[in-house]
Amino acid sequence: MSRTGFGTLLAVLVVLAVLLAVGFGTVSIPPREVADALFGRGDSTTRYIIMELRLPRAILAVLVGGGLALAGAVFQALLRNPLAEPYILGISGGAAVGAVLAIATGVVVASSWALPVAAFAGALAAIALVFGVAASADRRMDVRVLLLAGVVVGAFFSACIALILAVSDAPTVRTAILWMMGSLSGADWNAVMVAALYTLPAALVLLGLARALNLMAIGEETASYLGTDVEKVKRTAFGVASLVAASGVAVAGVIGFVGLIVPHGIRLLVGSDHRALLPLSFLGGAAFLTSADLLARTVLSPSEIPIGVVTAFVGVPIFLVLLRRSLQG
Amino acid sequence: MRFATQGLTVAYRDAARPALDDVTMDVPAGLLYAVLGPNGSGKSTLMRALLGFLQLRAGEVRIGGLPVQSWTRRGLARRVGAVTQFEEMPFPLTVRELVAMGRYPHLGPMRSEGPADRAAISRALEECDVTALSNRPANELSGGELQRVRIARALAQEPDALVLDEPTASLDIRHEMAIFQLLHHSADRGRTVLLVTHNLNFAARFADRILLLDQGRVAMEGVPGEVLRKEIVEDVYGWPVKVRHDDLTGALQVTPLSRPEPGPGNR
Repeated sequence: MSRTGFGTLLAVLVVLAVLLAVGFGTVSIPPREVADALFGRGDSTTRYIIMELRLPRAILAVLVGGGLALAGAVFQALLRNPLAEPYILGISGGAAVGAVLAIATGVVVASSWALPVAAFAGALAAIALVFGVAASADRRMDVRVLLLAGVVVGAFFSACIALILAVSDAPTVRTAILWMMGSLSGADWNAVMVAALYTLPAALVLLGLARALNLMAIGEETASYLGTDVEKVKRTAFGVASLVAASGVAVAGVIGFVGLIVPHGIRLLVGSDHRALLPLSFLGGAAFLTSADLLARTVLSPSEIPIGVVTAFVGVPIFLVLLRRSLQG
Repeated sequence: MRFATQGLTVAYRDAARPALDDVTMDVPAGLLYAVLGPNGSGKSTLMRALLGFLQLRAGEVRIGGLPVQSWTRRGLARRVGAVTQFEEMPFPLTVRELVAMGRYPHLGPMRSEGPADRAAISRALEECDVTALSNRPANELSGGELQRVRIARALAQEPDALVLDEPTASLDIRHEMAIFQLLHHSADRGRTVLLVTHNLNFAARFADRILLLDQGRVAMEGVPGEVLRKEIVEDVYGWPVKVRHDDLTGALQVTPLSRPEPGPGNR
């Protein structure tokens, strides 16, 4: 299939996923009533469910899923490592420490903003720490140093989380663990605004770097001889992709697999040209996470399962099929 | 495109001696210029310094008359194509995609390939005899094929100069010969070709001038007949050789002799 055709298909899938996510849940709403509610008609309860609960949640899934897949593709190119994902540089660890601290100290009760702000602050602290260490070790910010620093800082944050959880009571531990497995249940229009504010401009910046990322993926020395300002591309792309991951983790917790599996799946289907890979990863991640959230809400309805469980249960088999197909190719 | 250095000195952190020590050289346009020297003599470092990739401790590098620091990466890539020793390929790319990357400095981040770009890519593929491989995944090529593809990418830049670090390492005679002829041809048409190699005999046969490095210093610089003299080669490489003219090509031929007494590498 051509890249344009595939892009169109994915865009249609995103819209379809959003419509399904708006229609289905603990209460199923028929398409006609969904349409009415979207245009501000129909009864107020239905309108509330759709406009204040399901639609912001679906759009948040689009933004977070797209953002994570996009950031994952960028990290894989910059680190020249197919196993890289958006959290690899300790971002999830930092965010989790912030979130768990907020939960354990009870500040979450004070304001609905406390948890995302704490998680975002933790993610930024992790980014600052990892890039600070890498930059002090080497002016050029060696990606191997970055990777090691990220893994080590991540391990340190894990220990911090273990310590906080060890001295917390059972309900706190449960809340914290559920947060760490990711959930879009906190979605509202404010969260959508925050995610959009970070994700959409970042997506444009990263798309502008697509061709440079093609070169970065074959090595920084070669990239620079081909005319890339390697340091600038690296700083911009790492910085922007990290912010996307941080904003995602702040509003939705740690959602695994999307940032790893979606870019790979897209790569297997359309190749490694980032001019196609980045936008298609965004669409793929958006469709994937929106569908995963629908499953997370409905499979054991009325209770929800962590979205990270769904992304793994659904994503891993799809990925293995794609992998097998590409090897047979 | 002229390359010149004056007192070029480069030192790596924690190294006992500088990797390059007071290297002065001048490579006028249109020359095939070979850089020779034993392992660790600073050949690759010289190449990187010439391309502005290293911090200099002292001295200067000038490309086309301008200090190398004053070139932007993009500006330099429009004029100079480089082929490094190693390159990573963590994700699959086709041969054409890889060669098309040579157009980056002409396109920048946004603009898409036009007819002129496609023509340059086709010419480069053709010149390196890899057109037939265009749609093959580059990670499935043989060593010789991949090297030709990487040279094609440098040619797709439409540069005035080529800088290559051991482009024929690990290639068989056919592919090595093909690449040397290609470079020779390229220099004939006015490109400056700067080449790091271990192949003394090909350097003797194809290079206009040779720079022989020894522990970061210039041991000798000149036409092949001046540099590839028995006493110089033996001194720099620490191995007995015989130097004579080849019957067929008339070029100098350096043959390493076997050494009677036990020594390093002599079992």
